[in-house]
Amino acid sequence: MKNKFNLLFSFLFIGFCFTVFFKGLNNPNTYTPKFDNKKKIPIFNVKEFGSNNYINSDKVFRGSNYYILNIWASWCAPCREEHPWLMELSKNQSIKLIGLNYRDDLNNAKKFVNKFGNPYSQNLIDDDGTLAIEFGAYGVPETFVINKDKMIIKKFVGPIDQKKLKEIKLIIR
Amino acid sequence: MKLFKIFLIIFLFFGFNQLKSDEKNYDLKNKILKNIRCLICQGQSVYDSESDFATSIKLVVDKKIDESLSEEQIYEFLREKYGDWVIYDPKLNKNTYILWLLPLLLFSLGGAIIIKKTIFKN
Repeated sequence: MKNKFNLLFSFLFIGFCFTVFFKGLNNPNTYTPKFDNKKKIPIFNVKEFGSNNYINSDKVFRGSNYYILNIWASWCAPCREEHPWLMELSKNQSIKLIGLNYRDDLNNAKKFVNKFGNPYSQNLIDDDGTLAIEFGAYGVPETFVINKDKMIIKKFVGPIDQKKLKEIKLIIR
Repeated sequence: MKLFKIFLIIFLFFGFNQLKSDEKNYDLKNKILKNIRCLICQGQSVYDSESDFATSIKLVVDKKIDESLSEEQIYEFLREKYGDWVIYDPKLNKNTYILWLLPLLLFSLGGAIIIKKTIFKN
């Protein structure tokens, strides 16, 4: 009876370990933060893209029901991938699409926008990446859906694709 | 000459105080950075990493120290942005209690087995 119990216990223990490690192997290596509650956007004062003027968050997030903040850079390949979807999103009149140029060379960023089109109503410069950190981003591209109360209601890590675009449209309709 | 000496002493005193304060901030910054996980790296702390994410975090931590935030306030700021995972030394809460209690439970269980076996043998 005792031997049977030991055997069953060992079998269950090995099964448990196998399941844990097998599940762990299937998990992606990169960390994707959980986004389960609304967060207020940070208060900031940054340089506007294409001018030397500084602008504060109150002026950026004003006059719209929804704001989409997209963090991008000319050196980031997935940003090129998502660009056509952002161009499509920019046709939507009920949102304000804001770009945050992340740790980029300004000339390259200008070339990028001239070449692929400018989907942004307003573009901001985050040359040292600290504003992206204040938003809770950890790379590019990353997109935030912000409501009129200046609360982040959804965060998309990685490039925008057709599925994510649909999701955004569902939120803002 | 006497006045000059007094000024020199005052100047050196404040100079050394400033150096001491900078050193203190530098130590605090390193301590914090070693306890923050680089979220886009494989098993590296922000202190060890040169990635864009880590470089930006280093600047933010610097800024927060300059704003006189305490070590715990800086961790709280990062926790709010990135969750408990970003700190190597997580707080005890509903998401981490298994992490904290499991070793204690296993230790107690092992101890109980050893004691039981010893008493049984005797």
